[in-house]
Amino acid sequence: MTTRIVELRRGILKKNDELAAGLRNRFTSAGVLVLNLVSSPGTGKTAFLERTLRELRARGAQAAALVGDLETDNDARRLAASGAPVRQINTHGICHLDAEMIARHLEGWEGVSLAGLNYLFIENVGNLVCPSSYDLGERIRVALLSVTEGEDKPLKYPGLFNSADAAVITKIDISEPCGFDRELALHNINEIRPGIRIFETSAKTGAGMDAWLAYLAEQAKPS
Amino acid sequence: MHELSIAASIVESVTESAAAYPGARVKEVRLRVGALASVVEDSLQFCWELATEGSPLAGAALVIHILPVILHCDACGVDTEIAGVQSFRCPKCGQLAADLRQGRELEIESIEIDEPDLVLPDPVEEQV
Repeated sequence: MTTRIVELRRGILKKNDELAAGLRNRFTSAGVLVLNLVSSPGTGKTAFLERTLRELRARGAQAAALVGDLETDNDARRLAASGAPVRQINTHGICHLDAEMIARHLEGWEGVSLAGLNYLFIENVGNLVCPSSYDLGERIRVALLSVTEGEDKPLKYPGLFNSADAAVITKIDISEPCGFDRELALHNINEIRPGIRIFETSAKTGAGMDAWLAYLAEQAKPS
Repeated sequence: MHELSIAASIVESVTESAAAYPGARVKEVRLRVGALASVVEDSLQFCWELATEGSPLAGAALVIHILPVILHCDACGVDTEIAGVQSFRCPKCGQLAADLRQGRELEIESIEIDEPDLVLPDPVEEQV
């Protein structure tokens, strides 16, 4: 017997990364801005996205969404009320979306062509751990945090918050009864992801949505 | 709990690489995992056993080398390791630093294999 060490230096999620890189190329050449929305269950991703889709459509932009959940198409039905094309991805127990699921659900999506879109939103499965490892080919990863969750969420889940390109605080209309310490939350986000753009929003009242939509428009501009 | 998916990806990748060494047995798989990679070491070890059970990799050890976060500080112009993942500040000057140079790795560094020796007739050995 001879013992030998073989250097591999190979990414564990190489297959996902390669698929995601292919998707990113497709999105770039189609001129569509793709965002991956990640948060815990209950943060209000769906309400926030519903409002975003509605407001984008009202401004004449073409937006669509892929929405990930373990089971049910409830979220897709809620989002479809905005009038935007929406497709549900059921992972049946898997705690995150991966690039293969995105590629598969882009195929045969009736009435949707990437080139006809300005924005494609991917609402990830509610989970603050696992989605951070899986690149979906998005250009912007958005971490969401609601005022009901506690200001230390970014410190508890640094892997996810550090990988985000933008942060959204949701449900600010109820921040007072929740005793939400705004300064502390902003501080914690900034400790984990220095310099990140932070949006403070309420899907219910529409507060903060203008700044968010202006950011989307600025990011969607061809560079 | 995505450690099972990760363990399955490691099994796939190592099995593919080990195929270049016919007859070899994989004794050890060494990983480099960044402190921000969102992987729980115990959970990955547990899933590794499940994922390798009944496969040619059964019994192979999984060695996980955790890499600390290294930040590049623009003010100091140097890369420094930070303790923990609760504050992304340069340990030298205390400035927030967003430029991550290490800490998100999730890779198979190497594998240790036992290769069968070539069997050649050796009359000298037979006399012993």
